[in-house]
Amino acid sequence: MASYDVIIIGAGLSGLAAGIRLAHFDKKVCIVEKHVEVGGLNSFYVRKRRTFDVGLHAMTNYAPKGAGRSPLGKLLKQLRFKHEDFQLCPQKISEIRFPEKSLNFTNDFEFLKQEVAEQFPGQIDGFLKLVHKIETFDELSLTGDTRTQALEVLQSFISDRLLIDMLCCPIMYYGNARERDMDFYQFVIMFKSIFMEGFAKPLRGMHFLLSLLVDKYKNLGGELRLGAEVESINADGGQVRSVTLKDKDCLKAQTVISSMGTVETLRRCRPEQTLEKTWPVGQLSFMESIFVLDREPKEMGYDKSIVFFNTRPQFEYRVPDQLIDVTSGVLCCPNNFEYPKPLAEGMLRLTNLACSRLWNEPVRREYIQAKKDCRARALESLFTFFPDFRDSVVFLDTFTPKTIHKYTGHLNGAVYGSPHKIKDGTTPVENLFICGTDQGFLGIVGATLSGISMANFHVLQKAAES
Amino acid sequence: MTGKDVRQAIISILVDIAPDEDVSSINDQENLRDQIDLDSMDFLDIVMELRKRFNIEVPEKDYGHLATMAGCITYLQPLLKDHQLAG
Repeated sequence: MASYDVIIIGAGLSGLAAGIRLAHFDKKVCIVEKHVEVGGLNSFYVRKRRTFDVGLHAMTNYAPKGAGRSPLGKLLKQLRFKHEDFQLCPQKISEIRFPEKSLNFTNDFEFLKQEVAEQFPGQIDGFLKLVHKIETFDELSLTGDTRTQALEVLQSFISDRLLIDMLCCPIMYYGNARERDMDFYQFVIMFKSIFMEGFAKPLRGMHFLLSLLVDKYKNLGGELRLGAEVESINADGGQVRSVTLKDKDCLKAQTVISSMGTVETLRRCRPEQTLEKTWPVGQLSFMESIFVLDREPKEMGYDKSIVFFNTRPQFEYRVPDQLIDVTSGVLCCPNNFEYPKPLAEGMLRLTNLACSRLWNEPVRREYIQAKKDCRARALESLFTFFPDFRDSVVFLDTFTPKTIHKYTGHLNGAVYGSPHKIKDGTTPVENLFICGTDQGFLGIVGATLSGISMANFHVLQKAAES
Repeated sequence: MTGKDVRQAIISILVDIAPDEDVSSINDQENLRDQIDLDSMDFLDIVMELRKRFNIEVPEKDYGHLATMAGCITYLQPLLKDHQLAG
C-alpha cells in the first residue's frame, strides 16, 4: 500500500499550494483530484479550440512587485515565485453601477476615496472612518473574532443605504457565502482584496497559472493523481489512517488536508463524522455566460474592466426564487486589462445569482432550454443599462450551479462554500484538516494562501516543534 | 564552513525566500528585518530552510540570535562547522 506523509484532496489552488509547501520541505505528498483537470473552482475548459477560464473574472489582491507584506507578496515568497512569473496584467478601471449613481474604482485606492467624496459628499467622513477600521483590522488571524456582522459595522459609519449597497455589491458577488449579510472579517478580506489592492489577470489565463503550480509541485517530487475520486477517508478512532479511492486503491497517510468542503469531507469519513445539526451548506451560486465577440468590447461602449451592476434601487444578494436573478450581476470585459498586446478576440462574461435547487430539477432537454431562456433574460436586463452586442457574438457558452457541482463536487455548486468557515482548519478528526473555500480565505490569492497556511500550521510547524 | 561561507548560505536562503528583495547591500550589524521585508512567515521559513539544507534545528528560544547577519554567523557557525557550502 502506498504511504504518504500527507494526502491532499483536491488539486485546486489551495491543494496545489499546500502540496508545494509540503513537497518543498521534503514531505512525501500525494494530491488526489476527482476531475481530470486541475484547478477546482478556478479552472479552465476548452470548447472549439478556445480555452475559457472558469470562476476567474480577475484575480483580486493585485499588488505590484516588491509589496512583500501584501497577500500576493506573501504567496509569492512562500511558494518561491517571482512576481513576474505570474505575468499579471492589472485592470484599467471598474465600476459599480446602480440606477441613481455610479462609482468607478481602479487599483489605486485613492481614486475610490475621491469618487465617494464626489458622489456621496455627506458620507465621506464616515467612509474614511470605516476605511481606518478596515486598515487596522487583523482579518487573517486564524483565531480572531468571527461573530461581528458587516452590515452592523457599515451602518455604524455610513447612514446612506445606497452607498452601503454599492460597496457590498462587488464584495458579496466576489466572495460572500451567505445571503444578505456577511461576517465582518470576511468583508474586510474582500474589501482589501478588491478596493485597496485590486484586480489583475494572468497574461495567459488560469491554465498558465495552474501549470506553473503543477510544474513546481511535480519538480519538487510531489505526486498528482487526476481522475482519482475519494470514496472514503478511513478514520477509525478519530484518526485518519488511510484514504480509499473509487478505484479501490487505498493510500496510507499521516495527515490528510481536504479542500472538498467541510460537509463534503466529513460525509466521506468512515465512520461518518457527525457535525452540529445546524451546520449550514453553502447555497450561493451563479450562472455565467461567456460571449466571444467579433470586435473589441470597447468599440461597442464597453470600456470598463469589470462592472458590478444593480438595476433596482436596493441591492439584494440572495438565492433567487427562480432560476436566476437578472436584476443584478457582474459584467467582465477581459479585453480591458493592461495586456502587452490586445487579446485575439473580444469577450464579455456575464454573471448572475442562480438557484442551485431549481437548476437541479429539469431533465436534460429542459435544462438546455432553461439555459437559453435564462441567458436571453439576463441579456435583456443588461441591455436596459448597456449597449446591445448580440449581433457581434461568434461563440457563446453558459454554465450553471449544476455544471459547477458536476466538476468540483461542491454541494449546490456553492462557489464560496459554506457560510460557516473553519479558520484554523481543524475537524473532529485529529489529523484531518480543511483548506480552501471552507477554511475562509477566498479568491485566487486567498485560496492559495489557505493551502499555504494549513500546510504550515498543521504539518510544517508541528514538525518543527517536535 | 567559514564565517564567510555561513554568510553566503544565509544570503542564498534569503534570495530563495524573497527573490524580489535586494540582498547585496545587507549591513551585518543591523536588524535583518529593517533592511529587507521579512514577516514572521518568512522568518519561520529561514529556520525551516536551515533544517532542510543543513539538518540543523534552531529552537524557538534561540530565534533572537538570528536577528542580524552577524548574529546568524556567530550562532550558526559552530553548528555548521562540519558542513561544506554546496556548489
